[in-house]
Amino acid sequence: MTINRRHFLGTSAAAAAALAAPMVKADGHGKPRVVVVGGGAGGATAARYIAKDSKGEIDVTLIEPSRMYYTCFFSNLYLGGFKEIEDIGHSYGTLASGGVNVVHDWAIGVDRDAKTVSLAGGATIAYDKLILSPGIDFVEGAVEGWDISSQNAMPHAYKAGSQSELLKAQLMAMPEGGTFAMVAPPNPYRCPPGPYERVSMVAHFLKNNNPTAKIIVADPKPKFSKMALFQEGWADNYEGMVDWIGADFGGDSVSVDPNAMTVTIDGEVNNVDVCNVIPAMKAGRIAELAGVTDGNWAPVNAIDMSTKADPDVYVLGDSSQQGDMPKSGFSANSQAKVCANAVRGALTGSKVFPAKFSNTCWSLIDTDNGVKVGATYEATDEKIAKVDGFISATGESAELRKATYEESEGWYTGITTDMFG
Amino acid sequence: MIKNFVTLLPVALFALCAAGALEAEELGDTDAGQKVFKKCTGCHQVGSGAVDKIGPHLNGVFGSGAAEHEGYRYSKSMARAGADGLIWTAETLDAYLENPRALVSKTRMSFRGLKKAEDRANVLAYLRTFSDDPSDIPEAEPTAIAIDHDLDPAILALEGDPEYGEYLASECLTCHQSDGTADGIPSITLWEPEDFVIAMHAYKRKIRPHPVMQMLAGRLNDEEIAALAAYFKTLEE
Repeated sequence: MTINRRHFLGTSAAAAAALAAPMVKADGHGKPRVVVVGGGAGGATAARYIAKDSKGEIDVTLIEPSRMYYTCFFSNLYLGGFKEIEDIGHSYGTLASGGVNVVHDWAIGVDRDAKTVSLAGGATIAYDKLILSPGIDFVEGAVEGWDISSQNAMPHAYKAGSQSELLKAQLMAMPEGGTFAMVAPPNPYRCPPGPYERVSMVAHFLKNNNPTAKIIVADPKPKFSKMALFQEGWADNYEGMVDWIGADFGGDSVSVDPNAMTVTIDGEVNNVDVCNVIPAMKAGRIAELAGVTDGNWAPVNAIDMSTKADPDVYVLGDSSQQGDMPKSGFSANSQAKVCANAVRGALTGSKVFPAKFSNTCWSLIDTDNGVKVGATYEATDEKIAKVDGFISATGESAELRKATYEESEGWYTGITTDMFG
Repeated sequence: MIKNFVTLLPVALFALCAAGALEAEELGDTDAGQKVFKKCTGCHQVGSGAVDKIGPHLNGVFGSGAAEHEGYRYSKSMARAGADGLIWTAETLDAYLENPRALVSKTRMSFRGLKKAEDRANVLAYLRTFSDDPSDIPEAEPTAIAIDHDLDPAILALEGDPEYGEYLASECLTCHQSDGTADGIPSITLWEPEDFVIAMHAYKRKIRPHPVMQMLAGRLNDEEIAALAAYFKTLEE
């Protein structure tokens, strides 16, 4: 640390020159610079930890277009009426006060030779280490008949915020006895239990407000996360309401018509009132623009989340292809801490500790009926590998399910505090 | 840490002397246990006519689930331990009596714990006579299993590295809040390092129930647990 202080003092003239000149590389000149793209569970956590733990020795810039971040986790609980939209919205004020330079703009390009990120607003920012945590984008043409221009008629609500509010409004406006359809995504995708928790929350809402309504789920997969738990929960709490059509029954053959509001499953046309299309996913676009993706995702080294393509570019969370961890906010947050520790070590010589990862995903089935699945992971040469895991059991007591739900609420407060300060 | 080592030395000596001697159905000396139980009678009753006082009566406690006894208002923390599946056996009761908060974080039982393994064994032998026992009720659960849970004093004496602890703690802080706010997830700040180490080892050895904590503690080694305890102590200061 003292070395860096001296280094900083010794090069203050160069740093002053750097401030005056546009597009100067920070590499070897003044304070090391970390640029983080994406202010979600991965990016906000990484930015916060690097700023906090380096105690001002590293310049941290976070690029995030949204002024207000709505967490995807718990957005299903908003659909079910358990949370208000305000409950899942977070601003970046505390991060900024914590020393992170928060820039509300879109990153539209990365020059890995010059080590700069260009922004939609015209600015260019130099980095020594770049951390990309852009979440997901959708694979074009993944669901026949749907594209981004159809997302008002058929919302995905898989990036939380206005889409969540739109889907909720459509759910509330459903005619009595109407049909809610979901087109579920193929693997791998953000939040494996997410679509099925959403089905549960929609069913909960309908049971109380529109009990003769029906839910159809067309799923390209033959099975899904926490399947036994969800199917038990649907049978016990929403009997006869949910019709899940898996790949074995034609759920993998789907097209939609957003104008006619129809969903065709295995050749059979269904008229629907609300249609939630969750298309196949890929890494956030900036990862592709940075040239660190291979196919839909960005392969990374398990030890520190650096990309296989460039040791100075890291990818966290949903966009990364890391091995056994599910794409979840918890995973991204866990990966961010390993990455922050490694990046700080590389830039300031601070101690780097062994990578340890963990994940737990809670899902709500009905009031006070929570379940969870989780695992621990370690870094191997090939990937992030699962070490140990657990899952809630079917037939658990009401007390345990209630405790699990309360635990998930505690976790929500914990992780959002950990992300945003 | 030196202090901890000294206070636990008798435990270790006892464990050495008694190793193998404690078998099922032979927890300890019931007469001696009745004397130890005097420390408990301010709050607990046991035997015929026992009723709930400040604490619940203790008839039939062996083999019952935590917070299962009807009519008594348990702490949220004890209710949670019950929901998590904590069953009172000789092993779990022993861990609870040694350090109540290490097993049930916010138990209302304001009792520092019986530090002598012999006292615990004796009082449990005494209490065991008021619970169903396979020797007289064949279908009763064999709850009087031999005790083997004392932590090696060397583990408690380990000096943790707070810097490593800070890094490891970042995993804890995904759920637990560093300012001690406890809402659905218990607080882990302001803990005595010894309580912290005992609690983590109770998870690691699956005495204390909770799947997430058993999993996370399960892969931490002794030094890492000591490092976490050391870090959370620095938060206190």
